[in-house]
Amino acid sequence: MALLEVKDLHTSFFTDAGEVRAVNGVSFNLERGKILGIVGESGSGKSVTAYSIMQILAGTGKIVSGSIKLDGQELVGAGENVMKDVRGNKISIIFQDPMTSLNPTYTIGQQLMEAILLHTDRNKQQSWDRAVEMLRLVNVNEPEKRMKQYPHEFSGGMRQRVMIAMALACEPDILIADEPTTALDVTIQAGILELMKDIQKQIGMAIIMITHDLGVVAQLCDEVIVMYAGGICEQGTAEEIFYNPCHEYTKGLLRSIPTVDDSGEKLQPISGTPIDLLNMPKGCPFAPRCDNAMKICMRARCERMEINDKHAAACWMNVRKAVKGE
Amino acid sequence: MSTELKSGQPLIEVRHLKQYFNINTGFFKSTPLKAVDDISFTIREGETLGLVGESGCGKTTAGRTILHLYQPTAGEIIYRGKSIKTPKDVEEFRTKATMVFQDPYSSLDPRMTVADIIGEPLDVHHMYKSQEERRQKILELMDHVGLNSEHAARYAHEFSGGQRQRVGIARALAVDPDFIVCDEPVSALDVSIQAQVINMFDELQDQMGLTYLFIAHDLLVVRHISDRIAVMYLGRMVELADADEIYNRPLHPYTKALISAVPVPDPNVARANKRIALTGEIPSPLNAPPGCPFHTRCPYAKPMCSESMPPFKEVEKGRFVACHRTEEINS
Repeated sequence: MALLEVKDLHTSFFTDAGEVRAVNGVSFNLERGKILGIVGESGSGKSVTAYSIMQILAGTGKIVSGSIKLDGQELVGAGENVMKDVRGNKISIIFQDPMTSLNPTYTIGQQLMEAILLHTDRNKQQSWDRAVEMLRLVNVNEPEKRMKQYPHEFSGGMRQRVMIAMALACEPDILIADEPTTALDVTIQAGILELMKDIQKQIGMAIIMITHDLGVVAQLCDEVIVMYAGGICEQGTAEEIFYNPCHEYTKGLLRSIPTVDDSGEKLQPISGTPIDLLNMPKGCPFAPRCDNAMKICMRARCERMEINDKHAAACWMNVRKAVKGE
Repeated sequence: MSTELKSGQPLIEVRHLKQYFNINTGFFKSTPLKAVDDISFTIREGETLGLVGESGCGKTTAGRTILHLYQPTAGEIIYRGKSIKTPKDVEEFRTKATMVFQDPYSSLDPRMTVADIIGEPLDVHHMYKSQEERRQKILELMDHVGLNSEHAARYAHEFSGGQRQRVGIARALAVDPDFIVCDEPVSALDVSIQAQVINMFDELQDQMGLTYLFIAHDLLVVRHISDRIAVMYLGRMVELADADEIYNRPLHPYTKALISAVPVPDPNVARANKRIALTGEIPSPLNAPPGCPFHTRCPYAKPMCSESMPPFKEVEKGRFVACHRTEEINS
């Protein structure tokens, strides 16, 4: 049994302008000790998928249907009491902006100890020790002194380290990282990514890495999900996604970024503009921007199809290939 | 782009440029924040110079000071052999040098139509004789950047990020400049849109013979678009070289670390990459270390590095490095 099983998840925001289907039939499994990357552009539903798992959707957002099972336990409709035990304890999340996710009026120590006191049987002294141990784990120098400082005394990279320490303090099974390095400089980003990988190896938890940066995915992830307009285009191992992309959107993304051996040739952008979630087309959501769109793409959404045992995609081009034997 | 060095005439020469901001650090006490500290370089006609560095290194300030959006503390900017000094020089210079800003959301006035945003530089510099001519020019500019002329009467909020950036570019092109400072013009855009805008910069350069100073932190993008790349650290320029050279064979220890940290979109390469770990954080520019600004984090630092500032000197043809130990660490 997979650690986390998400099946046909639908999450919508009910706005004045109408229902926005932010997540539209997402299914995936996450195994213990794996790093899963979810890539997509803004509005693709990658963050909402994560927030649905944690059930921390803002105001008008609601899980409409689907199932999320953690270790076999159903979380959808499980109630706030169950979720309180899950959040921070079994699944933790770190957010994009380390500047705003810490409370400026409490010391780092107080904020780190809060989760430990809440979720474990440790007393105050033990919680303090645990918090210091966590800061040491994320390579913060002089952790005892740092415990008494306030967030404004930390740099961006250091704050993100504190966020990771906080997320890991209760030894969760899953860490969800929502663009954890987007706000950071490249040299700091490299340090944080390396740290996450090291800790993941040490504790053996699973990570869901949400990002728009294909470079980050290539460096860190075992498996990759590519999302567009609330649905999954393609999923598989990192090697399969990067070296054998089977969805026109993934292919377009990979063609549109500069590569390592840049020969100065023109980039090939994806034409058009991102989709309006209030006016979703009937067929494949990517069809209006797809250079190879066929008639069927405009009429019907393609179902997920297995390419091989490590790779699945939802693109009619694969059907065409199979039929024509290309 | 960067296979051959373009050998045009120097268009912009920056000489010993300094930009200090006075920061109040106490009662009646202020300390200069050295955002840009003595940088010199030349941009040749028709080339793209990439300017990279981490946040706070002074790259944006450098770009803005070159355009005299800030009055330089010291140093001079020379445009086509003529030093920009008097307010009249500055005004003239601004019809030849413009800027594209990072954030396409906050750099467009929400109460102005697209036509008025693009037309404003024309108004300011009195560049038309009749309203009809103004309208024609605006429509031409919109066509240049791939905007539909029917959208002229719309407001900025009706556009997506990529389209807004096109409006920003059309505005920069309005006065028919030959030099544009592009300050992180694609970093706020989605990956699939970035390529559209990057290609447009390329095409406009070919059509109109533009020269760019392209400021960004994404090294792969900068390398793609630039002929040469300059690297800044803590207000100083540490290396300047041909784009491919600097990427494949960085000489300065900071450039080495920066390039090794680039997340490469290729799993096999990314996993085989050896990252050069930098210890510590970037020092505050209010309190910059003596000597080489990088010595506090440099894996090759020797006592002399904290004593004197290494000169920014030409070590190979067209290749400048500011490091005391360039020869030793690269042999």
